[in-house]
Amino acid sequence: MQSSQKIARALSNKIHDTVGDREIKLMHVCGTHEAAIVKHGIRALLPENLNVIMGPGCPVCITPKSEIDAAMKLAEEGVTITTFGDLLRVPGSNGSLASTGKAKIVQSVSRAAEIAEHEETVFMAIGFETTAPTTASAILRHPPDNFSILCSHRLIPPAIKWLLERGEAKLNGLLLPGHVSTIIGVRPYEAFPVPQVIAGFEPLDVLYGLHMLVKQVVEGRATVENAYPRAVRYDGNVKALKMMNDVFNQVDAVWRGFPTISKSGLMLKDEFQQYDAVKKYGIRLKEGKPAKGCRCDELLRGLATPTDCPLFGKKCLPTSPIGPCMVSREGMCKIWFDAGIR
Amino acid sequence: MCLAIPAKIIKIDGHKAIADFGGLEQEILLDLVDAKENDYVLVHVGYAIQTIDEEEAKETIRLFNELAESTEE
Repeated sequence: MQSSQKIARALSNKIHDTVGDREIKLMHVCGTHEAAIVKHGIRALLPENLNVIMGPGCPVCITPKSEIDAAMKLAEEGVTITTFGDLLRVPGSNGSLASTGKAKIVQSVSRAAEIAEHEETVFMAIGFETTAPTTASAILRHPPDNFSILCSHRLIPPAIKWLLERGEAKLNGLLLPGHVSTIIGVRPYEAFPVPQVIAGFEPLDVLYGLHMLVKQVVEGRATVENAYPRAVRYDGNVKALKMMNDVFNQVDAVWRGFPTISKSGLMLKDEFQQYDAVKKYGIRLKEGKPAKGCRCDELLRGLATPTDCPLFGKKCLPTSPIGPCMVSREGMCKIWFDAGIR
Repeated sequence: MCLAIPAKIIKIDGHKAIADFGGLEQEILLDLVDAKENDYVLVHVGYAIQTIDEEEAKETIRLFNELAESTEE
């Protein structure tokens, strides 16, 4: 049995040998990948001419201001807003959900449904395909009438399609998100004509995924390879996908930093519309203005890194965030700041 | 957000289960998976989202070792 250090060194050497003097740019779309890369110093094990950047992989960060503003308005009207902790301090147009005093952190949607047994409750449902099936499952359990959701779920493959069609980030390949892929499997990525590897989140998983990916790039292949087979099956989680399909329709949706991306959002089907907060409370979503000087928008499209932003670590801090990427534990600015990168 | 933690299922009660997260036992929901006691699952926001394939996990470890051995001087 080899030590982890030895395996890491072997993978690092192989990546160096494979990349040679080529300039290669890869994108991952997962905040958990970025956290693993930074925490374990993985970039220091890669050649300088291999650039690994983060795209729109933080659900909190890509949630548009309009949806946070809508939740804040409901909170101000006395409705209890429940959501995951990371979203609470993301700036809306005027303050954050935390400043309303009516928002509660929950660990899961099922807890939000329990709260609704006692009070009028809206669950702000954020997250990609990893999280959306949990919301679907709670809806299928017929929660109390007091319960509804503000559906901010987003889907990863339509965003990848947008990024590749736009071509502005000039990517040679994609490191695909392991936990989104446990749900959706391999198939949805097969339409994209670029090298792609699904990777897990242990440091060796990430290095191994990058090794497979640079090999594909250099060999001129473009397929979807699975470097996380202990958790990702070709067809994904069929049961979870069925629940998502039973509960939601795919709809066009706005992402922070992006224009509307076709079929990238989820909306409750007609038979579940009593749980749709937008319909229940007659919400009209109105897009807010981005904060002045904040470069989160470019960061989410893979066009900038935190240190490119003049506000990073100066005016924009975890204690007084200006953009969402400095709030969430999955936001690139927060991850870099906490690791001491300036 | 997409963080998922491996845990071992200790006891199943309907669609709920007690799972062991490396010494810490917590209740999880099994609505999204078909799992049995002693299975390892990935848990995200309180729900098991996938079972972990033990054979594939061992195969990955074998592959990592092979990679390290093949580059030994």
